[in-house]
Amino acid sequence: MKLTTRQEIDQNTRYQSRLQVASILIIVAFGLLLARLLVLQTMQYDYYHTLAESNRISLAPSQPNRGLITDRNGVVLAENRAVYTVEIYPKDIPDLKATMAELASAIDLSKSDRRRFEKRLRESRKFDSVPVKSFLSDAEVARFAAAKYRLKGVELTTRLFRSYPMGTTAAHILGHVGRISPRDKAALEARGESDAYLGIESIGKDGVEKTYEAELRGMAGYAEVETDAAGRGIRTISQKGSIPGNRLRLAIDIRLQKIGEEAFAGRRGAAVAIEPATGDILALVSQPSFDPNDFVDGIDPAIWRQLNESRDRPLTNRPLRGAYPPGSTIKPFMALAALETGTRSADRSIHDPGFYTLPGQAHHYRCWKPEGHGSVDLHRSVVVSCDTYYYGLAVEMGIERMHDFLARFNFGKPSGIDIEGERSGLNPNEAWKRARFKDKWYAGDTVSAGIGQGYVLATPMQLAYATAVMANRGTAFRPHLAKEIANVQTGRLRRVEPEPAYVTQFGDGNLERVRQAMVGVTQPGGTAAQAAAGAPYQIAGKTGTAQVIGIKQGQRYRESEVDERHRDHAWFVAFAPADDPKIALAILVENGGHGGSAAAPIARKMMDWWILGKEPEVAPTPATGAAQ
Amino acid sequence: MSELLLRFGRFLMRPLDRQLLTLLGLLSLIGLITLYSAIDESLARWSGQLLNFGAALLCMWLVAQISPARIASLALPLYVIGVLLLVAVAVNGDVVNGARRWLHIGVTRIQPSELVKLATPMMIAWYLHRHQHFLRPIHFIVAVVLLAVPLGLVLRQPDLGTAMLIGAAGFFVLFLAGLRYRVISVLMVLGLASLPVLWSFMHDYQRRRVLTLLDPSEDPLGAGYHTIQAMIAVGSGGITGKGWTNGTQSHLDFLPERHTDFIFAVFAEEFGMVGAAVMIGVIIAIVLRGLRIASNASGLFSRLMAGSLALSFFTYAFVNIGMVIGVLPVVGVPLPLVSYGGTSLVTMGLGFGILMSIHRHRGSLGDG
Repeated sequence: MKLTTRQEIDQNTRYQSRLQVASILIIVAFGLLLARLLVLQTMQYDYYHTLAESNRISLAPSQPNRGLITDRNGVVLAENRAVYTVEIYPKDIPDLKATMAELASAIDLSKSDRRRFEKRLRESRKFDSVPVKSFLSDAEVARFAAAKYRLKGVELTTRLFRSYPMGTTAAHILGHVGRISPRDKAALEARGESDAYLGIESIGKDGVEKTYEAELRGMAGYAEVETDAAGRGIRTISQKGSIPGNRLRLAIDIRLQKIGEEAFAGRRGAAVAIEPATGDILALVSQPSFDPNDFVDGIDPAIWRQLNESRDRPLTNRPLRGAYPPGSTIKPFMALAALETGTRSADRSIHDPGFYTLPGQAHHYRCWKPEGHGSVDLHRSVVVSCDTYYYGLAVEMGIERMHDFLARFNFGKPSGIDIEGERSGLNPNEAWKRARFKDKWYAGDTVSAGIGQGYVLATPMQLAYATAVMANRGTAFRPHLAKEIANVQTGRLRRVEPEPAYVTQFGDGNLERVRQAMVGVTQPGGTAAQAAAGAPYQIAGKTGTAQVIGIKQGQRYRESEVDERHRDHAWFVAFAPADDPKIALAILVENGGHGGSAAAPIARKMMDWWILGKEPEVAPTPATGAAQ
Repeated sequence: MSELLLRFGRFLMRPLDRQLLTLLGLLSLIGLITLYSAIDESLARWSGQLLNFGAALLCMWLVAQISPARIASLALPLYVIGVLLLVAVAVNGDVVNGARRWLHIGVTRIQPSELVKLATPMMIAWYLHRHQHFLRPIHFIVAVVLLAVPLGLVLRQPDLGTAMLIGAAGFFVLFLAGLRYRVISVLMVLGLASLPVLWSFMHDYQRRRVLTLLDPSEDPLGAGYHTIQAMIAVGSGGITGKGWTNGTQSHLDFLPERHTDFIFAVFAEEFGMVGAAVMIGVIIAIVLRGLRIASNASGLFSRLMAGSLALSFFTYAFVNIGMVIGVLPVVGVPLPLVSYGGTSLVTMGLGFGILMSIHRHRGSLGDG
């Protein structure tokens, strides 16, 4: 429908007048902007020009104190140190080579210092300052001060550096901080967090330093300082203090950690200690270790190569990343599964002739004891670690029921510990094998799974968790490293309250039977009797040996004949005191041989300390030891 | 051969208004030059922006082919889709920087509020056009509701900048349609009165930004940091500037968001008062050319839409520059054709395409 001419004219007149009003408003609005620009850029030009000229100093953010990390008793594990650093402003330097040569006469510049500086220079932008060397000695500072007048564009500053006073101890727990890399920067920008990093130069790269980055970081402060032409501060115009990061108290006990680490005496392996009633991780040992202090100011390429290429793999967090066959340590869980699924009663005995055969097959699945254990019931099967008993048990139970029961102890799932990189191990069943290998499940697969070999894999963390659940009678607390986060300004504390992750219940007396059998393991006649001898508290435990290479039919495994790297891994899991557990452990010694002799003594030292407060005796040096 | 090229050129130029195109090209050129400096001379990102410009130009050209009547007929479906997407964002959007603005669709993410920036004024203009014979207060009330729905949804995200732009675009339509000044003043008073209510709905970071405007030095490293650093950049540019790629403020890390929302500070630092006046001159010329097209447009929809588009462009530029030089609070509004970013460029391309189409059909009263 068309408008009448009259309506059209009315509409248009009104419209045109509105357009005129709008045009006027626009001119006025832009006039305002231009006026404002005039004020800023001409009348206040001197003020802003000065500010911009000295902006490096005059609007300098002040680094916040990164939150301390302590162990459960307040022992400091990560702190901040003020360090003298020489920095260069490349854009103020006409001849970088000459300046560097001049600088080298004042401070000692090693080859790796120069390499690091060149790398940073490449990564920096036109107006950035680039650190040349940190951790200057007092003598270097003095020499630099004397040479300063010849070094235009070179500044001496103090920076706060992260420092780990314990060195290699607990390195895998703490992780480390490092300079914010271009990739970190991109990630922060993507998450919209880059504003929080103004004036902050390092970021948690690993371990709890990474997990609790947001708590530890703090906020940079800010000082507006008036400066003269030479860049010297005349007075502080305004200041806003930096906000220190929160203090993180860990659940670990650093003395227990140290005792654990030293007990490895140079062997490779892992140890995890958990407080069953809370899920507190008391110690998390990974051997060999590394020194996180090397990473703080950017790691020297030579050290990095050495750490990264070492076949001992010191950077690998073994308790979380090492998935090993659990071997016989799975037997207590299998024994409980036998009772819970009704597969075998506690008093049913089998005969062990030293091997097991599947019906209709000739293949001998050997027990570790060639002559066999004779008549074995459930209790004895755990105490003497009879393989034949478990070969048959696994076949009678079937892999699916076994898988489902082991899942109740978290096998095949990450424990959920609060640092990155945990592997989930492997709790196999038919569906898994079909999906993974497009192959069906054979009875033989079940036989070896029954003694924790074959496809079954678990990390030391998982075994410690499962043991803690056993110790705590089915109530599982998620293992965690952080115990408390404290705001250092307000003093407000946030505790990581233990909350059951889940509860799994067992039939009447079944759990107690298995726990009794585990106590038997550490008593005369058991596989860990020697390591537990003389302990004034009861230990429930289980030894284990994980095969690294297969042994052919008819051959016997002789430790002395096998290459050190191909020797069996030694396991020991335990909790103590058996009736009211204060600590649950899983120990793994890589290529250590027997669980009872290699792994159990480490657990004993840790338990003695935790339960009795007893320091381990200084080990006799091998040269004087008669028991070789 | 050259004949063929010439004809092809004419074919390309046919739907476009040369004056507007020249002015837009000029501003884009200024933008690209500034951007090169603002992204630290990174050719990769710079050519990325060049691609964005290509996409925006293509969008503009395509939309310019469509007649205003056809565009008007798209108003209702686009509006409905836009509002539904906004609801979807509110229910199931991605949270970035604490605000829920993005929606996953298949492999890509979209920001439905961009669509709504155009769809809302279109819808209101279309609605008023339908009832143009007999515009009564009830129609204006309905129009206000049509505006309030997407506005409320975007405010909730929260995205103060976009909400303001949508509100402005819708308001311009109502204003040009002849909403009485008496009513406008009442609305303004109501708006002022509702500020305390709005305040209570604001997020902390938004409140801080408003407070910061009142006194930037109150929180120099927090919300005031952007403003202080931008003002230092602009002020230290002086009359002639520090020269291209020589802005110290911009190239030190002092100036945040320097390639996006705060790019005007880079420009004013490097090209000074003279450069800023030239840029603002070009922007004014674009707005006035847009209003000229609006003035010559035929049919109520075309008039309202053209006017609203021209005034929206003005609002973008004014709010952005005002924010950079510290006369308006910090809200996330890019400087059109200058700030880095594909989404806002494409929206601009679509808007100017509509303007070009309206200009081309200025003689015909076909859709009245």
